[in-house]
Amino acid sequence: MITLLEARNIGKRFGGLQALSDVSLTIRKGEVYGLIGPNGAGKTTFFNVLTGAYTPDGGEFVFNGSELPVGKPHKVVGRGIARTFQNIRLFRELTALENVMAGHHIRTKAGVWGVLTQNRFTREEERLTTERAYELLKYVGIERFAEVVSKNLSYGDQRRLEIARALATEPQLLALDEPAAGMNATETAQLKLLIEQIRRDGITVMLIEHDVKLVMGLCDRVAVLDFGKKIAEDVPAVVQRNDAVIAAYLGGGKHAH
Amino acid sequence: METLIQQFINGLVIGSVYALIALGYTMVYGILGLINFAHGDVLMVGALVALQTMMFLMGMAPGMSPLVMLAIALLVAIVVCMLLGFTMERLAYRRLRNAPRLAPLITAIGVSFLLQTIAMIIWGRNYHTYPQLISTTPLQPIEGVFVTPVQITIVIASAALMIGLLLLVNRTKIGRAMRATAENHRVASLMGVDTNAVIAFTFVVGAALAAVAGVMFASNYGIAHYGMGFMPGLKAFTAAVLGGIGNLGGAMLGGVMLGLVESFGAGYIEHLTFGFLNSSYQDIFAFIILGLVLIFRPTGLLGERVSDRA
Amino acid sequence: MNELAAAVPWLGKRNPMAARWLILIIAIVAPFIAWQFGKSWVRILDFALLYMMLALGLNLVVGFAGLLDLGYIAFYAVGAYTFAFLASPHFDVHLPFWVILPLGAGFAALAGIMLGFPVLRLRGDYLAIVTLGFGEIVRIFMLNLNYPVNITNGPQGINMIDPINLFGWDLSRNIQVTENFTINSLFLYYYFFLLAVAASIVFIQRLQISRVGRAWAAMRDDELAAKAIGINTRNMKLLAFSLGATFGGVSGCLFGAFQGFVSPESFSLMESIAVLTMVVFGGMGNIAGAVVGAFVLALLPEVLRDVAVPLQQTLFGHVLLDPEVLRMLLLSLAMILMMLLRPAGMIPARARYSHDHHLSNKLKQGGAK
Ligand SMILES: Nc1ncnc2c1ncn2[C@@H]1O[C@H](COP(=O)(O)OP(=O)(O)OP(=O)(O)O)[C@@H](O)[C@H]1O
Ligand SMILES: [Mg+2]
Repeated sequence: MITLLEARNIGKRFGGLQALSDVSLTIRKGEVYGLIGPNGAGKTTFFNVLTGAYTPDGGEFVFNGSELPVGKPHKVVGRGIARTFQNIRLFRELTALENVMAGHHIRTKAGVWGVLTQNRFTREEERLTTERAYELLKYVGIERFAEVVSKNLSYGDQRRLEIARALATEPQLLALDEPAAGMNATETAQLKLLIEQIRRDGITVMLIEHDVKLVMGLCDRVAVLDFGKKIAEDVPAVVQRNDAVIAAYLGGGKHAH
Repeated sequence: METLIQQFINGLVIGSVYALIALGYTMVYGILGLINFAHGDVLMVGALVALQTMMFLMGMAPGMSPLVMLAIALLVAIVVCMLLGFTMERLAYRRLRNAPRLAPLITAIGVSFLLQTIAMIIWGRNYHTYPQLISTTPLQPIEGVFVTPVQITIVIASAALMIGLLLLVNRTKIGRAMRATAENHRVASLMGVDTNAVIAFTFVVGAALAAVAGVMFASNYGIAHYGMGFMPGLKAFTAAVLGGIGNLGGAMLGGVMLGLVESFGAGYIEHLTFGFLNSSYQDIFAFIILGLVLIFRPTGLLGERVSDRA
Repeated sequence: MNELAAAVPWLGKRNPMAARWLILIIAIVAPFIAWQFGKSWVRILDFALLYMMLALGLNLVVGFAGLLDLGYIAFYAVGAYTFAFLASPHFDVHLPFWVILPLGAGFAALAGIMLGFPVLRLRGDYLAIVTLGFGEIVRIFMLNLNYPVNITNGPQGINMIDPINLFGWDLSRNIQVTENFTINSLFLYYYFFLLAVAASIVFIQRLQISRVGRAWAAMRDDELAAKAIGINTRNMKLLAFSLGATFGGVSGCLFGAFQGFVSPESFSLMESIAVLTMVVFGGMGNIAGAVVGAFVLALLPEVLRDVAVPLQQTLFGHVLLDPEVLRMLLLSLAMILMMLLRPAGMIPARARYSHDHHLSNKLKQGGAK
């Protein structure tokens, strides 16, 4: 098993609130790794710190053998980590296709000069970007909405579009923050298939999810956060029976959906 | 030494006016996250309405004591500006509360220019001399240092108003509602606060302060015209940012500090630049400070750290 | 051009090709029509074209990249003063037009980057105020840099600026074709400016439908998400600032040469606001909007000047609202009412950020849909 990502003693504080304390975990290449925990446990914060949206107070991430830059989201994406957001954040005024095309930004090069002169390279790159974006829309199953402005898409389709956009950055690790939130049973089942497909295509997935069935069905391993601390990490079946985990979910008084 | 004290006094006077205006910016920003660009022009309206009232009173009752006259003029200006503040909020800003983020700001710019244009139509383009109802004969508390009764009045009155505002916000029921709304609209309204009323109230209070500031400003310089609100408005905004926007104490501190910086800066800019720049560059201090604060400490001196939630 | 054609009422949707020709014909014959109303109207059209270029440039910054720049006119000033310094008796330098134009554009771009660097981390509304401050600083310097060394000649401005000279062809001279037919210089300027505007439209359209344009739009719609897909938002903002400024600088050069003198008065905050209103009025983020907005709002005050002033004379016996007041009233009301009633502008075309022919090729191949 090759290690893809290693988080070492990550800490993050918001004023008086320790959102993450000393979190260490290891993600192996090719697995689906679940990150669960009650509301406010620090899961999203972990994503934010990992992807450079926030700077951690301590600790480091080692990705593919070298340390990730801190607080520089675009560089993290360049290294091969892409994410989606818990509260969908699409480019509202762009069509579905354009959203995914924008996601290809970091893998393309055209600059102002090329764009103004419309040279061969730029035209070719633009064509490839369009094609790839279309393929990705097809991959997530919403190619028929390619030309729909994204703010007009249904909730489930917006979630899938966000995944397509993340995939356009050609990641090795895809971090999904509650992708099933707000989806109905059919949509969730489709989502499960999609994530399985993504894994088969060689992309490692890190998944935050409250839907227990989905997590248990998909994940190879699961880590549980509670009040910013990792309280368990194992295969789903074991984690499910862990006393600390059960206590965290019951004790917090906030049940998972 | 005398110049030093003199500049300190001048800075303190103009700084307290900035502070009064800055309070209006900061209150509205604290509650709505909106830079009410037209706030400076409310000041102008206040000054000109007061002027109009004074002229009227002088014509009607020439024997009236200047202080009474000033009080009446001030009152009229305050009422008119309150109405203006209320109307602006009601007709323009309220509809834009959930609009894309540039819309309210662009509207506010439009309102600012509209007010200036209307003032230009009513009062013309020329500068009006402002009646000096409080004596402007300078006193000399220290040899070589001059201070006028107007200036003393400005500082005292501003201080009193600021204390009054702090009491209002911290000690009264409406003040508590204001703080709750600033914290979180949705939660506040869930707890039974009429947030619309609170927001309207905030605009009205800010406008009243601006009216007073307008009269002070015009009295201090002895002049008023349709564009007079623009610069003090901008500077007061700078003061609010300097102090930490959304923070009342910050606005006061920022206002006074900006006044001092400007006053000292204008006095020494020639020496500092070896005669290359003179005091006609006084106005750039505010912008430079604004730029520096926003770059190095965007939360201002007393502001809390706010971060964009991911 | 497509957007513009689509914006033509009625015809635009039914027959885009015809709409295109219609626009082209109107653009070409416009000065002849204007001439019928008097020479000054051709001059007004010339200025309208300069405003169009400004609006196009500002639209790039505000509409595409979502950065509210209230000091945009400063870049116009940089262009105009560059031209004035390098082609007038003021310093007694007379460089050729084709040398100054890139210099003016370059200085403006530089000014854009200089302004951009420190302020780009700021939130939208702070950015607006700081850029406004920047515009004012530039104006204060223009007004006062006549002492101790006379650089800008202060409030008087700089006179007798050389006209545009295209490889020996002086645009300020009327061309005598036959004894009783001359082409007025204003026409020459008109067509030259028209070319400049057309080129700007082509450039900006290319930028819009490109990797760059998409990155701007992404950043505008959601900065955090843009970062999360790997867009270096700081660089993209700087790029928008400096490219927008370049358009300002170029139109500034043209303005200086066309008008023959420059003074700080032409670069007041009101002008920044006027250009912003044009963008807002037409519709932020689309090229057709900027063009139409500039055209309407550059012309309307002049029409008002011609219509409203005599009308007031006859109605009230004297002029209540002078043209300048009317213009301010018009612009400020346009800005407020547009935001309240029609925030997408008069031409709420959705700007495209991808080539549809690529997609339709793809669709054909896939046989889908
Ligand atoms: N930018 C921020 N500023 C202040 N506090 C924050 C910020 N972001 C998160 N927090 C706090 O940190 C804690 C952890 O939040 P986080 O969003 O990571 O939880 P989560 O595990 O994703 O919860 P959920 O399941 O509800 O999404 C919460 O108490 C939250 O309020
Ligand atoms: Mg979360």
